[in-house]
Amino acid sequence: MAATTFPAALGLPRRSLQRSLAVYAKEAKYELLKNVRIPVYAISTVAFPLMFYVLFGIVLGRGEPASTERATYALATMGCFGVMAVALFGFGVSLAMERGQGWLQLKRASPMPVSAYFAGKLFSAVVFSTVIMLMLLTVGILFGGVRLPIATAARLVGILVAGSIPFCAMGLAIGYFAKPNSAPAVVNLIYLPMSFCSGLWIPLFLLPHGLRVLATFLPPFHLSQLALNAVGLAPNPTPAWGHVEALIAFTLVSLGVAAWGYRRDEGKTYG
Amino acid sequence: MSSAISFQPIASGPSSAAPVAEKPPRTPLAAQPVSIARGRNLKKHYGNLVALDDLNLEIRAGELLALLGPNGAGKTTLVRMLLGVARPDSGNVSVFGTDPYLGKVQDRLGAMLQVGRVPETLKVREHIDLFSSYYPNPLPLQETFEIAGLAEIKDRPYGELSGGQKQRVLFGIAICGNPDLLFLDEPTVGLDVEARRLMWSQIRSLIARGKTVLLTTHYLNEADALADRILVLNKGAIIAEGTPAEIKARAMGKQVRCTSRLTLEEVRQIPGVLSVKADRNAFELQVNAAEPVVRELLQRDSWLADLEVTNAGLEEAFLALTKNHNTASKEN
Repeated sequence: MAATTFPAALGLPRRSLQRSLAVYAKEAKYELLKNVRIPVYAISTVAFPLMFYVLFGIVLGRGEPASTERATYALATMGCFGVMAVALFGFGVSLAMERGQGWLQLKRASPMPVSAYFAGKLFSAVVFSTVIMLMLLTVGILFGGVRLPIATAARLVGILVAGSIPFCAMGLAIGYFAKPNSAPAVVNLIYLPMSFCSGLWIPLFLLPHGLRVLATFLPPFHLSQLALNAVGLAPNPTPAWGHVEALIAFTLVSLGVAAWGYRRDEGKTYG
Repeated sequence: MSSAISFQPIASGPSSAAPVAEKPPRTPLAAQPVSIARGRNLKKHYGNLVALDDLNLEIRAGELLALLGPNGAGKTTLVRMLLGVARPDSGNVSVFGTDPYLGKVQDRLGAMLQVGRVPETLKVREHIDLFSSYYPNPLPLQETFEIAGLAEIKDRPYGELSGGQKQRVLFGIAICGNPDLLFLDEPTVGLDVEARRLMWSQIRSLIARGKTVLLTTHYLNEADALADRILVLNKGAIIAEGTPAEIKARAMGKQVRCTSRLTLEEVRQIPGVLSVKADRNAFELQVNAAEPVVRELLQRDSWLADLEVTNAGLEEAFLALTKNHNTASKEN
């Protein structure tokens, strides 16, 4: 029978810039809305760092001579802890679920640019991270006696929000390998020990030597050092570039693993 | 003659309550049906499991093609390839003249896939709004709501919907971009009778709008009620192809059971008997039409007892169709 072929160009208007932007904007808006409305996500990412900050950074240090310094120190480390959760849960857990349950496949069968999907998640992570940092900062100023010049506070927030990107990449890597049901457990198993060993809960100089060496291999350590640098409380005077390089290297490795998982996915079935 | 006429559905049996008139006449596009998508020599395996075994298929403009087969027959794999989200191990796929894997034809495709879980906190309206934004010429939101039956529930979060409502949202997602070719992967699986009927009428309305639809199902009566053409798929290969009437003729039949003093050979010789199984004096006959065979049986054996005639049933017959094929292929 006559098989008519259609030229590829027929009826395929190129995506206009305006329309592309609209897709990115909607993807970002709805990703954020989706997360804001999930109580578990909103609570575990916003409430936990806030609670820990109040407990470790403010309440336990009450009345000590260095309580203000302690509150400022914890602002940097708990901020780091907070933005990590946003990135790891927002990318890792949500990707593992949407991928494993067929939702991502439905989106990929549509004309949605794949980059819009990830940009939406990144946007949501940035908004959540910023909100967390502003809340920690407010609590620190009101109850912890934290006093920072505006420029310094802005730099701290900027560093930590930007510093969530390596953990977004790590979330991607986890999201491409974890199963939907086990993803939250996997993320917690990595996130919590890694936070402790990087000195986010208890300052590193109070930890055994072995852990201090281990910490230099962990990304949260490097991010927290950058944050502490910003508020003038970094204990060791390593130049900032060393930490930035470590974080970039970690990001690239994570993206590599994620790309491997992405490719591995293509050959798979979802039943 | 216009080939479009041969697309016309043929009046179906009692299982299909759907009035035939609901199927709209085709627009005769050309003297020959126009092929808009095809797969050639498609092979795919997952580990040791063969998903597609040298499969060929063609989708013609304006038709509703049903892929009928049991679970694991390869239907979903095939749909994923045509959508460009999976690649065959060998063979090639062409949709609107290009390889869908290159990502250039998705503007013209819509898909309803089996999704385990859809983000539950977004409202129906928001899901449709987002997917509509992906397409260059989407339907107005109100129109999508109307066609998919979402007007009443558009402000409710997805997580609060019933099973049938959820399927309607996925249907809305498939149609909102106003695509030319739609893939509906088991659109009525898990739905109750009423929700299934509703989905059927929504699918028919797509055809009325001139869309081309590839539907997968494991219900013969669903393929019968909706399709212009049916491909029966089993173990990754097409084992039968035809209009619903043709497929049903192959799959339909009656079963006659009785105890009789006749010998197996005597029973086998009765005209109209397709096959006989005997267990001492109990017989089980497969026949096309029961009445002449029963008449003959009673005439030849006045002792005949325990007579029982059953409808083979569409699903059972369909299972038999695929099972026979499996046995035959094993013997090869």
